[in-house]
Amino acid sequence: MSFWTRHQIFEKNSIILIVGILAVIAIGGLVEITPLFYLKSTIEVVDGVRPYTPLELTGRNIYVREGCYLCHSQMIRPLRDEVERYGHFSLAAESMYDHPFQWGSKRTGPDLARVGAKYSDEWHVTHLMNPRAIVPQSVMPGYPFLAETEVDTAGIADHLRTSRVVGVPYSDDQIANAVADLKAQADPDNAGVDAFTKRYPKAVARNFDGKAGIPTEMDALIAYLQMLGTLVDFKLYNEKANLR
Amino acid sequence: MSQASNSKFMSIGESGLTVLFAATAFLCMIGAAKAVDAPFAFHASLTAAASLAAVFAILNRYFDRSSVLPAQEINGRPNYNMGPIKFAAAISVFWGIAGFAVGLLIASQLAWPALNFDLPWTSFGRLRPLHTSAVIFAFGGNVLIATSFYVVQKTCRVRLAGDLAPWFVVLGYNFFIVIAGTGYLLGVTQSKEYAEPEWYADLWLTIVWVTYLLVFLMTLVKRKEPHIFVANWFYLAFIVTIAVLHLGNNPALPVSVFGSKSYIAWGGVQDAMFQWWYGHNAVGFFLTAGFLAIMYYFIPKRAERPIYSYRLSIIHFWSLIFLYIWAGPHHLHYTALPDWAQTLGMTFSIMLWMPSWGGMINGLMTLSGAWDKLRTDPVLRMLVVSVAFYGMSTFEGPMMSIKVVNSLSHYTDWTIGHVHSGALGWVGFVSFGALYCLVPWLWERKRLYSLKLVNWHFWISTIGIVLYISAMWVSGILQGLMWRAYTSLGFLEYSFIESVEAMHPFYIIRAAGGALFLIGALIMAYNLWMTVRVGEAEVKSPVALQPAE
Repeated sequence: MSFWTRHQIFEKNSIILIVGILAVIAIGGLVEITPLFYLKSTIEVVDGVRPYTPLELTGRNIYVREGCYLCHSQMIRPLRDEVERYGHFSLAAESMYDHPFQWGSKRTGPDLARVGAKYSDEWHVTHLMNPRAIVPQSVMPGYPFLAETEVDTAGIADHLRTSRVVGVPYSDDQIANAVADLKAQADPDNAGVDAFTKRYPKAVARNFDGKAGIPTEMDALIAYLQMLGTLVDFKLYNEKANLR
Repeated sequence: MSQASNSKFMSIGESGLTVLFAATAFLCMIGAAKAVDAPFAFHASLTAAASLAAVFAILNRYFDRSSVLPAQEINGRPNYNMGPIKFAAAISVFWGIAGFAVGLLIASQLAWPALNFDLPWTSFGRLRPLHTSAVIFAFGGNVLIATSFYVVQKTCRVRLAGDLAPWFVVLGYNFFIVIAGTGYLLGVTQSKEYAEPEWYADLWLTIVWVTYLLVFLMTLVKRKEPHIFVANWFYLAFIVTIAVLHLGNNPALPVSVFGSKSYIAWGGVQDAMFQWWYGHNAVGFFLTAGFLAIMYYFIPKRAERPIYSYRLSIIHFWSLIFLYIWAGPHHLHYTALPDWAQTLGMTFSIMLWMPSWGGMINGLMTLSGAWDKLRTDPVLRMLVVSVAFYGMSTFEGPMMSIKVVNSLSHYTDWTIGHVHSGALGWVGFVSFGALYCLVPWLWERKRLYSLKLVNWHFWISTIGIVLYISAMWVSGILQGLMWRAYTSLGFLEYSFIESVEAMHPFYIIRAAGGALFLIGALIMAYNLWMTVRVGEAEVKSPVALQPAE
């Protein structure tokens, strides 16, 4: 029986055909994906990476909702021009608490992996209200509605709790104080700021949108943008230790 | 079929589905009442309304039908089930035009940002997934469901398996499209490209897709032909692999069962790998394997020639599905994904060139002895040019997966151009060709209303594609070169915004190309509509054909 006649077993049995297909398509995925869960070299060991604060997480969800990732990557490649333009190349560890990841696939606008602390809050407010007010050639949409929409503070603890189930190490303390922390981060005069910064080292409490009252979506989004890429201190980061 | 008795009973399917839909309607009303966000309340209400409509439709059909379900055969000929196919074919044209129109809008937004109107539901970030899902899943998906249900019946010479199931698949799938599309506009997304719908839409799609697989598989199981035709291998691989990919990429935990937001189970680098394992194989199995099945049925049929090589189709099939699944990491070159995975992705992407071109050769060479038909039959020309575009983009793809090339092309418009040479040229044209064949067959018309209009469609769309992809080649490569340009003193030569400014003329050309493609599709819609409305009816020959060995 030649090879070609042997193939008839697939052509004459739909169940054998479907089993054959499943076997053939399983291999590539298994080989490429499973090791990422157990190879220790996949994610570097670094200091400084922490879960998002409640306000930052809210901002991140707005970033996702508005589809920012469709035009902005958050992944600096280890290429000379990118490192000079955007900063140190991105580490896997820097997005290990990202559910979902926001590496992006297109740069209609610049990479945002290290946009944090690059511009002032006021710059971001003006830019988000009308990008062409600051950058005349920009093709970015304006997001004035963010400034008018108040953040839903009540449900934030559930978000932290859900994140914890999928692997983000939020502590009981952080979950219990999620609402207070969310409000404290957008208001530097809030009595809870000290407790908040203890729970989230290096997090900054500021009035991001420059307006008093309940945090707006503008506050949340800018809080998120301003922390992007700032968690790892690359003056202290030892590249050699993580050679892979 | 035995002689029917006078008493009429509801089938298990009818009664079961009625109860299920009634229960769904009830649960969704509770969901709408307890919803924690407005989009979820809207979707729950929509689902409740649709479920009630389904209950009504099932009962209405029961009261209208005779006491027996439609026969499997009439006078020794299979009693083909064409209703769901007609629906899918018709609605694919509607979704296609909607998807192309949204594409034109977002292309214009990139040229003239004022078109975003600074409103949440009209901004680029929400419309872009609407465009991609409308063209890939709504247009492409309905073409795939329509053609697969048609081809599997004809090549197995049996009626489609299931009584209500085929309708459930077609209507359920389109309901998923409505939920997904309205969700994007309302900001409901999990941000995974081409897998944006949230958890409840994903769950619904899983149910619909498993039913689709069962209908297809059970039709194969009861076939009257000894062999499973090659197009059905590809359809089966497409359906079953999409199910695997969908389940692998989408496990998510909702924040509340009454809310739209969820958090995906995978994080960071693993999420990225899952996403592009899914994303690239949405291309490989949805946009390639499925449409190759169309090629393997419609080109031989239209050219009236056998498939060029049976052995090549065997090699093509197994090597294509084996290699494709590895190619995902080429979307993640130079990222924080480990190098070994990137290298694997690149290697297999390059190898993928071979089976892709094997398939192209098999499609093109089917024309052997019938090349003259390209002069007289614009439908065949459309099908053949689609295969040529397939060959072009499956050469470009492996080239772009080479890391050095990718370091320039990635994140630029070159990727967008590459996608569209495949999407407009290959998927679009092969779908149009299939629809031009399918509509006269389904509505039993002798011929299309006008071949001249097909010719116009072909040329207008081809010019549109050429404008689109050449504009994106130039803008993409320009962008890539500007980002890495250095002055003689060793400074970066251009700021980012200068590269944005340089794109403007190309974005206008691209939008013009997209407009031409849309005009072509409108011509097709008119032509197909007139075919159904005024076309001359075909008289079926009463002779049953013998199965081929």
